[in-house]
Amino acid sequence: MSATTIAPSSPDSPPTKRTPPANLARRRLVDRAVTGLIYVAIAIASVPLLLLVYFVAVKGAGQLSWSFLSEPLPVSARRSGGGIAPAIIGTLLTTLLAAVLAVPLGVLGAIYLNEYGKTSRTAALLRFLANVLAGVPSIVMGLFVYTIFVLRFQGGGRIAFAGALALACLMLPIIIRSTEEMLRLVPANLREASMALGASQSRTILTVVLPAALPGITSGSLLAVARAAGETAPVLFTIGFATQTNLNPFSGPNTTLAQFIFGNAGQPFPAAVDRAWGAAFTLIVLVLGLTVGARIISARYTVR
Amino acid sequence: MASVTVPQTARRGSVRVGDTAFRWLALASGMLVLIILALIVLSTTNQARPAFTHMGLDFFTSTRWAPAEDRFGALDFIYGTALISVLALVLAVPVSLALAIFLSEIAAPRARSGVVYAIDLLAAVPSVVWGLWGFIVLRSPLQTFYGWLSDVLAPIPLIGRLFEGGLRPELRHRRHRAGADDHPDHHLAVAEVMDTVPLAQKEAAWALGATRWEMIRGAILPYSKGGIIGAVVLGLGRAMGETIAVALVIGSSAQITARLFASGDALPSQIANQFNESEGLFRSALIALGVTLFLFTIIVNLVARAIIVRSTRHLKGVAL
Repeated sequence: MSATTIAPSSPDSPPTKRTPPANLARRRLVDRAVTGLIYVAIAIASVPLLLLVYFVAVKGAGQLSWSFLSEPLPVSARRSGGGIAPAIIGTLLTTLLAAVLAVPLGVLGAIYLNEYGKTSRTAALLRFLANVLAGVPSIVMGLFVYTIFVLRFQGGGRIAFAGALALACLMLPIIIRSTEEMLRLVPANLREASMALGASQSRTILTVVLPAALPGITSGSLLAVARAAGETAPVLFTIGFATQTNLNPFSGPNTTLAQFIFGNAGQPFPAAVDRAWGAAFTLIVLVLGLTVGARIISARYTVR
Repeated sequence: MASVTVPQTARRGSVRVGDTAFRWLALASGMLVLIILALIVLSTTNQARPAFTHMGLDFFTSTRWAPAEDRFGALDFIYGTALISVLALVLAVPVSLALAIFLSEIAAPRARSGVVYAIDLLAAVPSVVWGLWGFIVLRSPLQTFYGWLSDVLAPIPLIGRLFEGGLRPELRHRRHRAGADDHPDHHLAVAEVMDTVPLAQKEAAWALGATRWEMIRGAILPYSKGGIIGAVVLGLGRAMGETIAVALVIGSSAQITARLFASGDALPSQIANQFNESEGLFRSALIALGVTLFLFTIIVNLVARAIIVRSTRHLKGVAL
C-alpha cells in the first residue's frame, strides 16, 4: 500500500518511479517504539497485581483450615488460633441485606428512567444525581448512616442493618445505571408488540421488558454486590464489632471480613497479621466468585 | 406508545389503577437518589455544625489539628488529599492510556478478553487487601529506598529543602497504593471511549499510509480526548475518596507536622483512623472533614461530567 503512495517528502521524483517515503523507516521505528512502550506500561501495571496475588495466595491460603473458617474470632489479637466464621457470616449477612434493599429499588428507579421518564427533565435530573451519588466517597456514606441512623439509637444503633444501609446507598446508583443500560438494549418492537396485544404499560414492563433484560440486570447487580462485599469504610462506624457469630441483623454488633482485615493488619502480632492474610484470601475468593459469576451470566444469556 | 388504544375490557379500571400505581412506585424509587443526596448533605452538615461554628473559617485555613486542645484545622489534610490523588493520577494515567490503546487497537480479541479478566481481578481486590499488602510487604523495602533517596537528594539545594528532616516514608507509600488502586475501572472506561472512534476515521488514516501509532495519534486520541479527560477527572474524584488503603499504610498514629510538604494525612484516612476513638467536638470535627471531602469530590465530579457532556456527545452508551 505504501509503495503506491507518493511520498510527501520527495515531491520532485517522477510519479512513475514508485519509491517508498524517505522517512518511512523512521516512522516505522517510532511506531515500534511506542508499541514497545505500551507493552512496558502493561508489564509495569501487572507487577503489583501479580505480587499481590502471589502474597495473598501464599500467605492467605496457608491459613485456611476448617477451624479457621468455622471458629469464632480470637478474644485477643495476640493469641494464635481462632477463626473468622463471624466475619464471614457478617459479610454475607450485611451484603445480602444491602442487596435486598438496593436491587429492587435500583431496578425500579431504572425502570422509571428508561420506561417512563425517558428524556424528560425529571429523568435527566435523576440520571445526573445518580451519577453524583455514585461519586460520593464510601467513607462519607459511613458517616451519613452514622449521623442519620446510629445516633438515633444510643448504644444499640451499631447493627448489621446499619452497615447494610450504608452499603445499599453505595450500590443503589451503580444498579440504577447498569440496569438502565440493560433496559435500553431491549428492542422497542417487543414493547410495541406487547402493547398491541392490549397489555398495560406496567404489565409490558413486568412480563416482557424485565425478563428480556434480566441477565444483564443480574450481572450488573452481582458486580455491585461484589464491590459492596469488599467495602470497609462504610461499615467501620456503623456495624460495631463482634467476636461471636451474630445472625440477627437488627440487634447487637456484627463484623465483616473487610473490617476484620483492617483491624488486624496494623497489629504488631504475627498471629493477627496471619489471620488478616487468611481473611483477605477468603474475601477475594468471595468477591471474585461474584465477579466471575456476573461475567458468565452476561456472556451466556445476553441477547444482542 | 402512549397513543396505543387499549380495548375496553371489564378490568380496565383496575388495570389503570395498577398501571398508575406502578408508575408512581418507579418514580418514587428514582426519587430516592435525590432524597439520599439531600439527607447526606443535611444530616452530616448538621452533625458537623458544632465544629464549623467553633472553628469558623479557620477550619479550612489552619494547619493545626490538635483534638486535645479543641483546635481543628483541616488544611493539612486537604493538601494531603490533593497531593495524594494527583500523584496517584500521574502514576495511573499513562498506564491507563497504554492499556486502553492496547485493548482497543493492538490486542487480538482473545488476548483482549484475557486482559479484561485480569482487570476484573484487579477490581475484585478490595482496597483493604491492597492496604494490607502495602502495609506488610512494601513498607520496609520502600523505607530503605526512600532513606537512600533522601540521602542522595539532600545535598541538592532546592530539592534538598523539600526532603529536609527525612521523608515521611508513609507519604510515599500512599502514593503507591492509591496509584495501584485507582485505575481498574478506569482502563475499561478509557478503552470503551476509544472504541467509539468511527471506523471510517481509522480507515482514512490507514489509507493515507499512516503507521499504527500515527493512526492512534491522528485519529483516535483527538477523537477521544474529551472522554479521556473526563475519565481521568472521574478517577481523580475516586482517588480522593479512597480511604482504607491509605488509612492502613499510614497507621493510626496521628503525627501532626506544620510543614506543608511533610504534611500529614488525607481527609478520608484521618476520619477512618480516629473516628471510633473520638467524642463530642472532636467527632463533630471529623464529620466536618467528611463534609469537606464530600464537597470536593462533588466539585471534581461535576467538572468531569461537564467535560464529558460538552466535548463528547458522540460517546453514547459509554459507562463513565
